[in-house]
Order: sequence, then C-alpha cells, then structure tokens
Amino acid sequence: MSARANAKIASISHLENIKKRHLPLIEARLGRSQAPGEHQVLVCAGTGCSSSGSHGLREELKRQVEARNLKDRIKIIKTGCFGFCKLGPVAVVYPEGTFYCQVQRQDADDLIEGIVQGRPVARLLYQDPVTHSRPQRLEEIPFFGAQHRLVLRNCGHINPEDINEYIARDGYRALAEVLGCPAQEIISAIKASGLRGRGGAGFPTGRKWELTANASGRPKYVVCNADEGDPGAFMDRSILEGDPHSVLEGMAIAGYAIGAKQGFVYIRAEYPVAVDRLERAIRQARRAGLLGDNILGSDFSFDVEIRLGAGAFVCGEETALLRSIAGERGEPRPRPPYPAQAGLWGKPTLVNNVETLANVPAVITNGPQWYASLGTEGSKGTKVFSLAGSINNTGLIEVPMGTTLREIIFGIGGGIPGGKSFKAVQTGGPSGGCLPAEKLDTPVDYEALLEAGSIMGSGGLIVMDETSCMVDIARFYLEFAQDESCGRCTPCRVGTKRLLEILRRITAFEASLEDLKILEDLSHDIKESSLCGLGQTAPNPILSTLRYFRPEYEAHIRDKRCPAGVCPGEVRQGGARRNLVSGTAM
Amino acid sequence: MPLLGNYARLDRIINAYARQPGQLIRILHQAQEIFGYLPPEVQAYLAAKLNIPLAEIAGVVSFYSLFDTEPKGQFTISVCLGTACYVKGGDEVFEAFKRELGLDDDDTTPDRTFTLRSTRCRGACGLAPVVAVNDDIFGQVEPDKVGAILSHYRKLITQTETETEPTHERESKRQDRQYQPPREYQEAPPSPH
Repeated sequence: MSARANAKIASISHLENIKKRHLPLIEARLGRSQAPGEHQVLVCAGTGCSSSGSHGLREELKRQVEARNLKDRIKIIKTGCFGFCKLGPVAVVYPEGTFYCQVQRQDADDLIEGIVQGRPVARLLYQDPVTHSRPQRLEEIPFFGAQHRLVLRNCGHINPEDINEYIARDGYRALAEVLGCPAQEIISAIKASGLRGRGGAGFPTGRKWELTANASGRPKYVVCNADEGDPGAFMDRSILEGDPHSVLEGMAIAGYAIGAKQGFVYIRAEYPVAVDRLERAIRQARRAGLLGDNILGSDFSFDVEIRLGAGAFVCGEETALLRSIAGERGEPRPRPPYPAQAGLWGKPTLVNNVETLANVPAVITNGPQWYASLGTEGSKGTKVFSLAGSINNTGLIEVPMGTTLREIIFGIGGGIPGGKSFKAVQTGGPSGGCLPAEKLDTPVDYEALLEAGSIMGSGGLIVMDETSCMVDIARFYLEFAQDESCGRCTPCRVGTKRLLEILRRITAFEASLEDLKILEDLSHDIKESSLCGLGQTAPNPILSTLRYFRPEYEAHIRDKRCPAGVCPGEVRQGGARRNLVSGTAM
Repeated sequence: MPLLGNYARLDRIINAYARQPGQLIRILHQAQEIFGYLPPEVQAYLAAKLNIPLAEIAGVVSFYSLFDTEPKGQFTISVCLGTACYVKGGDEVFEAFKRELGLDDDDTTPDRTFTLRSTRCRGACGLAPVVAVNDDIFGQVEPDKVGAILSHYRKLITQTETETEPTHERESKRQDRQYQPPREYQEAPPSPH
C-alpha cells in the first residue's frame, strides 16, 4: 500500500495538485462529501489495536472484498491510532462514519455485508457503559465528542504510510509557506503563538528557537526527542505511528528557522512500529523532495536521520540524549551551556519533543493568533494525554489547555470501573505527583498543576482507585527512579537508594516516625542538589503523596497496617512485593 | 536462513554505518540482532574494527538495558511493570510467569527456550497489563492466561514450519533468526585485519 511519489515536488501548485487528487477520499472520511458509490473502511494499525488483532482483521476484510468483487466500491485503509485503545481493534466505515469496536477477524464478513446492505451491524457498535445506548457515529460517542484534536488532527483519518494523504490534509503546506519568509518572522510567529515545550517542562518554544538561531556555532542541528520514557505515557508513540509526517514537517520548519541542515529523531528501540513508520515517512519525503537538498525548489536543504535509544530513562534529559545520539553512555552534564549554545558535538542544537514539533505546522498554517486563542492565559493550545490505570476509557485524548482533570477523568474517561471510588490521579510520571479528589477541578495548565503539587509532564494520566496504596505507589516510582539513575551524581545515586530503603521499611511496617521526617528532609535535599532533571524530580512522588495522603503513611507506621490492603501483612492475591528491576525488552 | 556467516553479516553493518558519527548504538543493536546477545568476543571484534577502545564499547553496552551480554532464550517474555500495568496488577502476572517457568527476573530456562524479564513501560498502557513475547504484544493479560501464552510458544518450538498469526504489524523476523548458544558456537571471530 505504500504510495510512491514519483517526482520531486517543486512548488506549492504541485502540492495543490496532489491535494486535489487525494482529497476527495479524505473529505468523504471526514463526512464532508460523498464519494460516489464508494466506501472506505479505516482499520486502526496502532500498537494497541495491532496487539488485539487488527492486522488479521484487515487481511480478512481485504480477502472478503476481493471474494465479493467489491474492490472498486470498498477500500480497506490502514490508519494510525483513533485513541480508543481499550476497544480495539477499531474500524470506521465512511462515508457513514460508523464506528465499530472490538471487531474480530470472524466479524469481517458481517461488516462487509452491512456495508452492502446499507445497515450497520448493531452488535459491533460501541455500547455506552452507562446508558447502554449504541451510538452509530464516532462523533456521537462522548469519548470523542469532548475532544479538540489539533495535534492528532490526522491520527485515524489518514494512512500514515502514504505521504499523499498527508499532503491532501494540507501537509507540507506550512513548510512551503515559510520558505519564502525571513527566518526571524517564523520565530516571531512561534513566540506569538505561546507554544510551550510539550516534553513537560513547558519552556517557551519560540524562545528556544531564538536562542539557537542566535547562537554563533556552525553547523546547527534539530533534534526531536522521542525517547518517551515515562511509564504510563504513549502520546509521542501514537503521533509517530499515526502521523509521522507532521513531526518531520515541524522539524524542517524548525531547521529553516534556526539555520540547521540536519535533524535527528532520537527514538526508543522499543517502539518498532513507530520506527518503521518514521523510516518510511523519511524515505517518501526524500523522494518527494520535501527532505534533502533544495526543498521545494528553494535553496533550503534539510535532512533527517533516526538514532535509536537503547532503554535508559535518563536519555529523555536533553544533555544525556545528546550524548546518546553521539553513541556514548547517556549521562547528563551540568547546564549551562544549554544545548542551544553547545549541544550535539558541541554545536548549537535545538531539542524539541515530538508533540511540540507536531504543533508547529498547525501554528504556521492557522496563524499564531488563532493558536493563542486556544487554552489558558499561560498555557496555549491543546495537550495530548494518555489515559490509563483504573478508568473506563483508556486511550489517547487531546483537549484544550484549561480543561479540568474532572472533565477528563469523569467526562471523556468515563469514570472509574467496577463501582470503585476515585483516589488519586498521577500526572507527569516519575517526575510528577499524585493529586487527590479535592484537586480534580484543577485545570490542565503548566502553572496550575505545579501549584497543586504535580507537573504537566509529558502527558501520562494514571488514575488510581481505592485499591491502590499511595505509599506503595511512591515506592514504585522510587524503585523506578533509583533503577534508572545513571549514577553520575551522588545525591541521585545514593539519595534515591536511601529514600527507597525508608519506603520499603514503611511498607513492611517496620518504620518509625523519625524515618518519616528523614524521608521528607532527604527528599528536599535531593531535589536541590541533583545534577539533572531525573534526580531533581525523583522525590516528587513522595512529596506529593505526603502532602495529600499523609494519614496513609502514618497508618503504616503507627498502626502497622495498610489502609488499602496492598502492603505486606495484609491479604491481597499475589501481593508479594519484590524488587522491581526494569530492563528493556527485545 | 542467512547465507552469510554472522561475522560477514556484522561486517556489512559496520561498512554501512562505521563512517557516520554516533552510530555505535545502532551497530551494537544490529550486532545483537545477529548474535542474539553481545558476548565479549563480539565486543572485542567491534572495538578492533571500529577503532574504538574496548572499554568504551563495554561501557556503552553496560549502560543501556537493551543490550545483553548473556545469551537469551528463543522467546523473551517481557512483562511490563510500568505504572499503568502495575496499577492493574501486572506484578501478579509477572509472579505467575515466574511460578510457571521457575525463573527469576532476567533468567533463562536451561533449554534456552524462554527468557523472563520485567520491563519499563512499552507505551501500550491502554491495554494494561501488557506482556510482550519477542515482538508480539498481548494486552489485558490476567495471571490465569499465562499458561495459554506459554503453550502457544511451546507449540512453535515443536513445529518446524508453523503458520502463526502475526499479532504485530511488522513481520516478526525473529522467528527465523538463529540464536546460537555458545556451546554450538563454532565460528571463531575472524581476524579484524
């Protein structure tokens, strides 16, 4: 199914021609027009759906269509993630927009028959767990209805392995537009949009671009950080799997703005599907003349290469990442100098996260004012979150900044399964914190989350119910941080070990109140003295659980019991605790 | 079946990447794909070929969890213990595998069939708890499903030519990869010069 772009694209009008050719099909998918007599079945090929058997389903659908001689009337198309991972495999039939979920291989016959008869297959429709109604169209499902898809604009709508489909959705148009402008104008637009780093820390993106553009070294580099290491986060992976070209286009625009000719994507080797799609996308873009020398006939040249990460959480920290790209041990170094001044091989380097870059084409195409009109005072645009844990609708969502945690968890997420009660939501991974029920009305906004005692982080939201013990969760994160600490600085290497020992004593009911005091003091010391972000934020899970769930700590220490019944000494199936040694697969 | 010997295949990789700066990790990754793991002789061979001190190569190999210096089983079972999987009981699934296989974390069965390990998040949290066997991903695994997963792969070993349903997008090239246990490891590294 890979589309070969035969010739180099040399102008905007050429892009327009491709768009004209391929848009009708996509318009039909978006319900904007009727492609006469033609149906399309979009089958999700994201990691989630693939593992629940979407590949076999797609093959079977193709076979059925062939067998019935319907190849001209029904097209089977592979797409990226729709976001509703729990209900995979997902298939959507256009132009009707019928949303089918948990479609198995043996359902293919009925699905095709339904298209031929013009009747949806009721048993494959989504069933609302609360009202038991069966909405037919994707938009009628609350999970989708409440979202604002900007970064995920193409995920689930286009075939990520066909550059023409991306171009038909105005892809590479933003790049074509910027090639005629002074670089400073592009930087000003990104600054005016208010876009901030989506890797979690929220540094103003335009400011970072400006610093790199003004740095004196040559050559300069653009690096895309796709080392999504936070446990519980899969936004970047889904963007790369569902719309890889948007990231490449963002990188090329960044390259033009800062004066770089070479970009690198640093991506985890554990994401084979994402690596494969990205490699394909790079090949197609090169063939089409959208990467490489003299892009779109201009004198701007820019190319992208992939570098594989090899399973070290610390490599998400930019200085460690740059070392790892250079093929060394991924150990961080003190900043300044920041990568903008001296990064890869000592040259000025712009490091942006996947989601940040995927925002860039949208900012350029729609204008900074439009972008700045979305979101809150200090946090503009939208944010992609991955919803996981104890929640009805697990999956990938995108909402405007300023949406409250309550709307996300109880609206889009459909609340807590099994009649259990909400206890906490963890944001920001091992660097973040746990927020209790009274903080559910916190809007997602960099500053508001920080004030509440957590961080925006990269966007993993993990919901916990009454069966989770917060001390155990803190211990879980410290196991992770201690295991992933690179060992270069003492506060992190030794400090996290000591924190972990205390937490193990608490969860074994062998700790004293004195231990609790040491736990807190040491947490602050490690935050202040560690070399990089990993150590500086490692104690956060402890501090936030102490802030909101102190009675749970005290129950473990004073009463020798675990209120949630998780920790040793309490009966829980398979509740044996052990040292968690995280390794990486493959 | 690869027609080339392992070191000849490795030479191809070296020729493809050695001239680009910073490709050591990719070369090591590909070397591990060829040999199944990175024994000292392969590291030494690379050090000589790439003109990089062996200490530096060993330092990189030991830093990243992707690299193994011990031979692995034909099937590596990776039980995700990321937050979402942990909250959903991934640790109980891990315990079940340990019991069924009689293995500890990062151990391999004596017949080199299975290697068991816990892993960081694989980014399929919507399906927690997640287990991966080589490149095949299983979602929403309960401890009582563990036996079924193991017998599926045990069947694969007993059948020489099997039609497996790929549960993964990419055709799993691992199926026909040659894992060479050291005892049968006949090929001595050629001289790097």
